[in-house]
Amino acid sequence: MNHTDIFEIGGKRLGSRLFTGTGKYGNDALIAPVCESSGSEVITVALRRVDLDGKVDNVMRHIPPHMTLLPNTSGARNADEAVRIARLARAMGCGDWIKIEVISDNRYLLPDGYETAKATQILARDGFVVLPYMNPDLYVARSLADAGAAAIMPLGAPIGTNRGLRTEEMIRILIEEMELPIIVDAGIGTPSQACQAMEMGAAACLVNTAIATAADPVLMGRAFGRAVAAGREAWLAGPGAVATLAQASSPLTGFLDQTEGAS
Amino acid sequence: MSFLPEALRLSQTPLQLHFEAVSGNDVRRIVGQEHVDAAGFLALLSPAAAPHLEAMGRRAHALTLRNFGRTISLFTPLYVSNHCANHCRYCGFAAPNTIPRSQLSLDEVRAEGQAIASTGLKHLLLLTGEAPRKAGVEYLEACVRVLRPLFPSISLEVYPMETADYARLVQAGVDGLTVFQETYDPVLYAQLHPAGPKRDYTFRLNTPQRGAEAGMRVVNIGALLGLTDWRQEIYATGLHAAWLQKRYPGVDVAVSLPRMRPHAGAFQPACVVSDRELVQAMTALRIFLPRLSITISTREAPDFRDNILPLGVTRMSAGVSTAVGGHAKPAETGQFEISDSRSVAEMKESLRKRGYQTIFKDWEPMEGSA
Repeated sequence: MNHTDIFEIGGKRLGSRLFTGTGKYGNDALIAPVCESSGSEVITVALRRVDLDGKVDNVMRHIPPHMTLLPNTSGARNADEAVRIARLARAMGCGDWIKIEVISDNRYLLPDGYETAKATQILARDGFVVLPYMNPDLYVARSLADAGAAAIMPLGAPIGTNRGLRTEEMIRILIEEMELPIIVDAGIGTPSQACQAMEMGAAACLVNTAIATAADPVLMGRAFGRAVAAGREAWLAGPGAVATLAQASSPLTGFLDQTEGAS
Repeated sequence: MSFLPEALRLSQTPLQLHFEAVSGNDVRRIVGQEHVDAAGFLALLSPAAAPHLEAMGRRAHALTLRNFGRTISLFTPLYVSNHCANHCRYCGFAAPNTIPRSQLSLDEVRAEGQAIASTGLKHLLLLTGEAPRKAGVEYLEACVRVLRPLFPSISLEVYPMETADYARLVQAGVDGLTVFQETYDPVLYAQLHPAGPKRDYTFRLNTPQRGAEAGMRVVNIGALLGLTDWRQEIYATGLHAAWLQKRYPGVDVAVSLPRMRPHAGAFQPACVVSDRELVQAMTALRIFLPRLSITISTREAPDFRDNILPLGVTRMSAGVSTAVGGHAKPAETGQFEISDSRSVAEMKESLRKRGYQTIFKDWEPMEGSA
């Protein structure tokens, strides 16, 4: 591993560029072993599922103490609700990190960029480390950066679809244009797709469904951890230029050499 | 804007001719499609699809896993009043039935709520008959205020109200609305509801959208299976759900699949929906609407409920009493007999054995917390 490759968000240095989640597991007892096998250090949890008084059900019990908690605002339909949920999360002791999800479309679960930017501005001023989930749109990304986001989390494909990097070209533009870390969130279905995102220069990937719904989530967690690390190393290594055409034996500009040689 | 024109058009369109045109090949092709339209949904409900139930089940399972994971949300009904002015011919609580009638005091509501909360449940479904002069909006609002500290999510299954009344109850802390059309066939509907306010087919049909407009987060619809041809009813239910999803994209639309059970009245089902048919109905709904929440109640037997887990179910009731005040004291006559009498703890253990996580809390109420 490249020891100069520092990944820092909100003043916190992270050893893994894979973020994981807590949803969709057949058994929450799998969460801790997945954290271990994947090497992930950041885990997102929907505040709507958190029940600190829960007699029989408390997802927080399953999250290892070394993990950085990234509560999310799942269920928020506008900026106001996202802000309320974020403040509740902080009041409940979930820390200052918040992943903003503002979704008012239950069919496709696509985020509302305008409301997300509004919530980002309010919460960043409140001292939160804000990681907004968004549709990869350069203008929205710029307004999120202006609003004080700590990173930008574009979707690779709609949440939970496991369809891969369908928005690859748009994410590539964000990586090229934005100074903030780009964390690909949602849609990544296989380790190879996570690796591809990292090779493109993404700062990190958040993967939940593909791990939680795998037949063996612990093994799949490990596979994702390795794929993300491999993709990062490939990006750092600087892959050789990819030729789109074979080297022609009679180059179109070859005549220049001949005319120069003749003169 | 209303689903009424579509419902009326459907009721005048016999599906038989459409069904006859469906081939096994059509079904195989539709099961493999990424997006299934209304015509595809109809084909999946056809008799021609019956031999392809395994393929439909596999597709439904994959879609459910992707969208909901291996999780089941649990809730329980709390009956607070069984006074009712309606004459629904199939219902144990109907006005002509001579059963003990009662309505819980707020202290009794609190005791019931505490008994339910002690099992770990966090999602509650509050039920009454239709007697607004006894169990009116004020009473329901008072019940919700008593129950809110115990339950982050409270849904109503009461009688159709105006949007303003729903908005008031949302303000008090209600976040979900359950209302079954019972049957989408207006002629049969009139026969089955000979008297009482429920006679109004249109007002009931438009209830889910009034709830959505009032700010309900979850709207749960359904037809009572057994009153008439289930294929026709499920087709209408699916189109109604799709209509609601499209117009109210922020609302979590859910469908229940209640099969008729024996009850205190003499009415018996006009058609019996078999297990295979219920599975066909559920998998067709899942393939047509991958994000749809699907609720299965304790009307169904434990084995059957366990077996259909992977095929599309997302919510289940548990620890159920269908009698008023049945949680804190011995039950009297319920609205219908239940088949699955497992406790919440037993249900959780049973889900765990099948590889499913029980979700108790899946909502954080936000009123007044900013």
